Amino acid sequence: MLAFLIRRISQSAVVLLVMSLLVFVGVFYIGNPIDILIAPDATPAEYARAVHELGLDKPLWEQYTIFLKGALHGDFGNSFVYNEPALKVILDRLPATLELAFTAMFIAVIFGIPLGMVAGMKANHWIGRNIMRFSILGFSLPTFWVGLMLIIIFSVHLNWLPSGGRGETVMLLGIPVSFLTLGGLAHLILPATNLALFKTSLAIRLTRAGVQENMQMDYVKFARAKGLSETRVIGLHVMKNIMIPVVTVLGMEFGSLIAFAVVTETIFAWPGMGKLVIDSIGVLDRPIIVAYLLITVTMFIIINLIVDILYSILDPRVRLGQER
Amino acid sequence: MSTPLLEISNLKTHFFTRAGVAKAVNGISLTIEKGEVVGIVGESGSGKSVTGFSIMGLVDEPGRVVGGSIKFKGRELLTQSVEEWRNFRGNEVSMIFQDPMMTLNPVLRIDTQMIEAVRCHEKVSKAEARKRAIEALAMVGIPSPEERVKAYPHQFSGGMRQRVAIATGLLNRPDLIIADEPTTALDVTIQSQILSEMQKLCKKTGMSLMWVTHDLTVIAGLANRVAVMYAGKIIEEGAVETVLDKPLHPYTEGLVGSVPSRNHRGEPLYQIPGMTPSLINLPEGCSFRMRCPKASEKCHCEPPVTELENGRRVRCFHPNL
Repeated sequence: MLAFLIRRISQSAVVLLVMSLLVFVGVFYIGNPIDILIAPDATPAEYARAVHELGLDKPLWEQYTIFLKGALHGDFGNSFVYNEPALKVILDRLPATLELAFTAMFIAVIFGIPLGMVAGMKANHWIGRNIMRFSILGFSLPTFWVGLMLIIIFSVHLNWLPSGGRGETVMLLGIPVSFLTLGGLAHLILPATNLALFKTSLAIRLTRAGVQENMQMDYVKFARAKGLSETRVIGLHVMKNIMIPVVTVLGMEFGSLIAFAVVTETIFAWPGMGKLVIDSIGVLDRPIIVAYLLITVTMFIIINLIVDILYSILDPRVRLGQER
Repeated sequence: MSTPLLEISNLKTHFFTRAGVAKAVNGISLTIEKGEVVGIVGESGSGKSVTGFSIMGLVDEPGRVVGGSIKFKGRELLTQSVEEWRNFRGNEVSMIFQDPMMTLNPVLRIDTQMIEAVRCHEKVSKAEARKRAIEALAMVGIPSPEERVKAYPHQFSGGMRQRVAIATGLLNRPDLIIADEPTTALDVTIQSQILSEMQKLCKKTGMSLMWVTHDLTVIAGLANRVAVMYAGKIIEEGAVETVLDKPLHPYTEGLVGSVPSRNHRGEPLYQIPGMTPSLINLPEGCSFRMRCPKASEKCHCEPPVTELENGRRVRCFHPNL
């Protein structure tokens, strides 16, 4: 287990290093941020000073070395736009995105898995068929369109829920959260539902496929032949086998949920980091872009690690590393 | 004579598929006495496994028991409620399946799977149930059961897994064990070990055994009585020695003739011509007549069962008498 962790962490360090280099070089060649940041009527002297202040007059390799040295100390440089440490700018927005992602995943799990089980057990019943129809819709409708429809229906016509922003927040363990206030919760429901739709459909399909596959297995028949109740056969025997693929896939999807909540955040004006990075790419705010990507990749790595550990707990045939 | 342990009469289990009704079990009658070992022999698709599942009330969709009766200790099973069925399974009758690699749940430990089997029938403590599980494992010849009970199925070999499955079946001291080809997936040495374990267990505990197989040699060494199934019907039944030595039905004769033996070394083995008929589209009359060397005009009608001495029965117009 320890060997596994050490190997994983060193692999992750390499991934982060390579990624930072790629992004750094990539953004360097896209264009010069000064052209966007500085006023068009600036004199050449002002221009040169701005370039010097941001350190953009140094050669690329030197800029990268400076960045790398800083990054090792947790300093990703100051944002060109906000003139604050890039990390702080991002971390200010992170809780909002995390809250949105967690809520969406929560919705996907509590609706997706039970619906998938019903769909699997009643595959030829109208209930099962309708659940599958719903999941096809969830898969195929574009997120931005569903988001707009949700706003039109629930905010504009019915006027039940607000269409944008985060609402009131309260501090929970030093992090601002929305879901503990009524107003915040009202703001959270629509964007979280919007974001959860795709993942719910995914959870339904995975669970249904798992149920159908596992119900055919001999171990189910044997469990029944032992005289177990149907509740225990499905709730324990089948469930534990289904959870293996469901946890794996949903875990990996969770990373993408955080990283690509961009569309939903934009539609619902949710002040998260997805919106921040889109804006930053527009003005070539390199420190923000690089720091954002490094944080996202780190989160992916951590989530995958957690998934692997969960996987080994769920499936005894998988043991991390080569123990014994 | 007292009531037999298991009395099946005219059982019909049909599968309602899109292509038509498959008559997997089509009117079989069979009794099993206490302590008796009965072999059910037949080719794939002859309905022998479905018979076992019908007794357990575990026929898969789209199959259904459509007629007949199954009496266990004189009590009708087919009219039982869901809860009565649950209580019956694994308690009064246990079943062991063909593929030991698939019958144990791969993600649950052996103790979990055995303890739950005890505790769904009897209100005993976990420790008591575990003790019983360890005893059962020891009984089927698993070395150091206290250790092994904590293992996962994948840590056992195929033969050991089948022993675990058998031990699980024994936990509640059932009166009957239905074994659905439990040694088919194992290699020959392991097969003979399991067979001798089973024989010892039956003698020791006085339980009955219904052994479903396609392997005549297994039946010859294990069973007291044998029933030969063909296309959903029992076509011949009797004591093992008489049925195997002097088969009456042409099908049984063919089966026995197709087993390699040292007396006919080097000679080509007998093959029954043709294939088993589709269960959806059974021929009229005797379902074996298309492949039967003795078939005549008469065989277009359903042959009646001829009863002979010592419970010997045959369903044929032209038995080898």
